[in-house]
Amino acid sequence: MADTLENINPKLYKKIDDRQVTADDENEDIVDEFDSREIFDLIRNINDPEHPLTLEELNIVEQSLIEVDNEKNKINVQFTPTIPHCSMVTLIGLSICTQLLRALPARFKINVQIKPGTHSSESAVNKQLADKERIAAALENGYLVEVINQCVFIK
Amino acid sequence: MLIITMGTLELKQILTGHKGRVWNVCWHPKGTSIASCGEDKTIRIWAPEGSKWAMKTILTEGHTRTVREVAWSPCGSHIASASFDATTAIWDKSSSEFECNATLEGHENEVKSVSWSKSGQLLATCSRDKSVWVWEVTDGEYECAAVINAHTQDVKKVRWHPQEDILASASYDDTVKIFKEDLADSDWSCIATLSSHTSTVWSLSFNSTGDRLATCSDDQTVKIWQEYKPGNNAGVPTPNNESVWKCVCTLSGYHTRTIYDIDWCKITGLIATACGDDIIRIFREEDDSDPNQPSFNMVCAADDAHTQDVNSVQWNPAVPGQLASASDDGQVKIWFYSE
Repeated sequence: MADTLENINPKLYKKIDDRQVTADDENEDIVDEFDSREIFDLIRNINDPEHPLTLEELNIVEQSLIEVDNEKNKINVQFTPTIPHCSMVTLIGLSICTQLLRALPARFKINVQIKPGTHSSESAVNKQLADKERIAAALENGYLVEVINQCVFIK
Repeated sequence: MLIITMGTLELKQILTGHKGRVWNVCWHPKGTSIASCGEDKTIRIWAPEGSKWAMKTILTEGHTRTVREVAWSPCGSHIASASFDATTAIWDKSSSEFECNATLEGHENEVKSVSWSKSGQLLATCSRDKSVWVWEVTDGEYECAAVINAHTQDVKKVRWHPQEDILASASYDDTVKIFKEDLADSDWSCIATLSSHTSTVWSLSFNSTGDRLATCSDDQTVKIWQEYKPGNNAGVPTPNNESVWKCVCTLSGYHTRTIYDIDWCKITGLIATACGDDIIRIFREEDDSDPNQPSFNMVCAADDAHTQDVNSVQWNPAVPGQLASASDDGQVKIWFYSE
């Protein structure tokens, strides 16, 4: 990790309220499909690699940038780096990927990508995040897994 | 009117045992057994027992990380395994049991693929370190004959030509390259770069005669490349007096996610693909297809062939129609294709 912060004074965003549990949610006879709020709740509290703040507080993840298709088993997450040259962007994407891979059933195809137009090396980073062989190799790297676990660990 | 005869892919057996993702399957050259490998760091060998397939051997402790690919030698007495631990192991069955008798080191990081030449005297490996290595095999000794740094990114697959000592490699840099040894100075060099795919080329397979190549990519297409030798009848210019490879057909619109593997059957000419949408698809060339502008039809799509991404497909080299596949769902499956 760099000694100096790249983005010294990031803009802060308000956290959204906790999900309101409805009667249907508690009814065992109703099948609860995955929705974007549920996916958001899985990733909103991931820690930023350099600031003591969550991805939600930095507006890196937003519920409106999450798409869930239960029928086709597809989940698409777009995230927004705090600055267009952020060098932590691959690590942030990898943390989101890892959290979703660990938390969701294996039937889901998970795509984590940078929100279009928000990073200078968007296509290169997206290509790396879409390459499951490189993700698998990264997750066998003990040091990297430790760093990711620190991001994913909810304080 | 064009009539396409659709075939069926019948599931014969599910082979379970691997823990986690299975990356690759490879048939013994006689088609009598299968080797598979995956993230559990093991290689498993399966063979028929009565009317069913059963696991015969587990090879462990050869690798400390994921085993990405396995390859039987043409004589069938050796298995080479490529691993994320940056090594390639050679397993030898000169006694009754397989033993790891050599470990090939040199790549800087993950080894992605390994392939034996037709004679069994050359072995190729490739890695995320962007290089392709050619190893010479003499009396059970493996010596590095060349380190080729032609790709600009992670190299995903290496495959030898079915007859000649010509090597093809596929890369994250979106290209396929062809290599040959210059007999004057015994240097291996790139004689052709095949550019057309718009994303990672994951795999490739030669046809039976080696004058065509099928490639598959993250761009969700399959491409067929034709070799034009110097002095070809089609009038394709061949500068440097080397063969030119031209993309003569693109199969698009069939696959909905990354295509991880492709295999061109040397007996039937059928092409099978392994896709990230869990489907195995089979393609066949039209009977009256123009060789310079061939047409291929999809003759079968096995929906939900696996419950997760299909990583590998391979036709049995001796039994026409028999196919093996491997998936992220931890299973190896044996199929039979019939028309």
